[in-house]
Amino acid sequence: MTEFALLTGQAFNGISLASILLLVALGLALSFGLMGVINMAHGELLMIGGYLTYMMLQVLPHGIGYLFGMVAAFAGTGIFGAILEMTLIRRLYGRPLDTLLATWGVSLIMQQGARSIFGPIGDEVTAPKWLTGSLNVSSGALMGLSLPVVRMFIILLSAAVFGLIVFIILRTRVGLLVQAVHQDRDMAEALGINTRRVDLAVFALGSAVAGLTGSALALIAPVTPTVGQNYIVYAFLVVILGGLGSLLGTLFAALLVGIFSAGCQIFTGVSTSDVLLLLFVIAFIQFRPRGIITISSRSLEGS
Amino acid sequence: MLKLEQVGATYGLSPVLRELNLEINSGEAVTLLGRNGVGKTTLLRTIAGLHPATSGRIIFEGQEITRIPAHQRARSGIALVPQGRGIFPHLTVEQNLILGLSAASNKATGSKQIPAHVYQLFPALAKLRGRKGGVLSGGEQQQLAIARALAASPTLLLLDEPTEGIQPSIVQDIGTVLARIRAELKVAILLVEQYLRFAWSIADRYYVMQRGRIVKHGDTKSDSPNTIAHLLSI
Repeated sequence: MTEFALLTGQAFNGISLASILLLVALGLALSFGLMGVINMAHGELLMIGGYLTYMMLQVLPHGIGYLFGMVAAFAGTGIFGAILEMTLIRRLYGRPLDTLLATWGVSLIMQQGARSIFGPIGDEVTAPKWLTGSLNVSSGALMGLSLPVVRMFIILLSAAVFGLIVFIILRTRVGLLVQAVHQDRDMAEALGINTRRVDLAVFALGSAVAGLTGSALALIAPVTPTVGQNYIVYAFLVVILGGLGSLLGTLFAALLVGIFSAGCQIFTGVSTSDVLLLLFVIAFIQFRPRGIITISSRSLEGS
Repeated sequence: MLKLEQVGATYGLSPVLRELNLEINSGEAVTLLGRNGVGKTTLLRTIAGLHPATSGRIIFEGQEITRIPAHQRARSGIALVPQGRGIFPHLTVEQNLILGLSAASNKATGSKQIPAHVYQLFPALAKLRGRKGGVLSGGEQQQLAIARALAASPTLLLLDEPTEGIQPSIVQDIGTVLARIRAELKVAILLVEQYLRFAWSIADRYYVMQRGRIVKHGDTKSDSPNTIAHLLSI
């Protein structure tokens, strides 16, 4: 394996990690940015997506079943998120600490619920044939490079989801409402916009994306009741680093964290690279306390 | 069309509005005057539904609206031009105007088009369509805020200090536009103002507020502005 192939491989790993972090953080960034809601149960939304995919594959085990699993994860988790918003989060509006505590409670209930239903041991989702294997380079400068197809699939999925959300926000009627609520909630309400419904739509979309992400994560690791816990810290890291409520910032932050981690892992192990990553984020936040991209928004400054 | 009966409101524990009574008839222009901090802005926000009334009743077009959310009040015909203008800074002029149509979207007659009279009243906005709201001058933002409020064809326009921080020549233009809005669109106006002479030139009647209460009201035709100047001077 050549030096160049090693570096390219690590760059690919970095982008692969970044794509996962982006998917996990996007839903969080949406609800955090718009509503100021810190959803501690976001990780468990990933878990729901994972189990929905698993269950769908029990019914339809072959080939195309996984695609149905993704659809089920997206829709099912979106509906779950909508119910969560209507029954809990809406009632705690304007009380961020209570919301944090309540969603943490939901997270614990969901973990234990999953443990009771599915058991503590992970459930394997077997990737369909078209997602297995890897792209191997056997000659030239990149000799020895091996890129797993499933990782490439997640990168593409991540890019597609990001593109879709940006399109919705910038180019659709609903997106215009979301931007208005984000920039000046009171004014939006005074213009006749039902801001509660916009909140609901955004939270449901964020949850649906989390579910879809859970479905993708199920391809690379078994679904467990605590699967969300592996990602939630990184997701918050990405959201804070990116700047509250900025989708572009979230993208940059995910790339930064992903590539930084992969870069460190050329020289050290996973634990040391995590330490270095956290030190890096602490240092970064010292200099840019509001993240990579700061947008002035009354809804954020006011609180 | 609008009637406030014994309306009270608080900020935290301190009362801002106390047993306040006020009435506006269809198509009428009324000005609300008072020193800083007497609760004028809170009163407008309470009428618009952005600040909760803790007591009393607000009646609009014969319906009690005291407890209904702001977006529904907007849809029933109340439009607000807030202090600071409330322009969405990262959205274009046209997007700001389109959002102004939200209040019309559930009316059977409401169209998705920005009514032609909006651009007729504010021809300058037509040229600025693609500009971001945040880069406009104060006067342009004020025009946009009024235009946006009119997009959904409201019956009552609440204006919070439209002349604040705006150069004198534009103040005159705004006065002319408000007169046209009354005459051509038959919109009732509730104008909160510090600038006494401007308010007098527009309104039929006036109310003066002190410490959350109406302390004087009357007709701008029969009373001279001097009779209330002592209630406004610092």
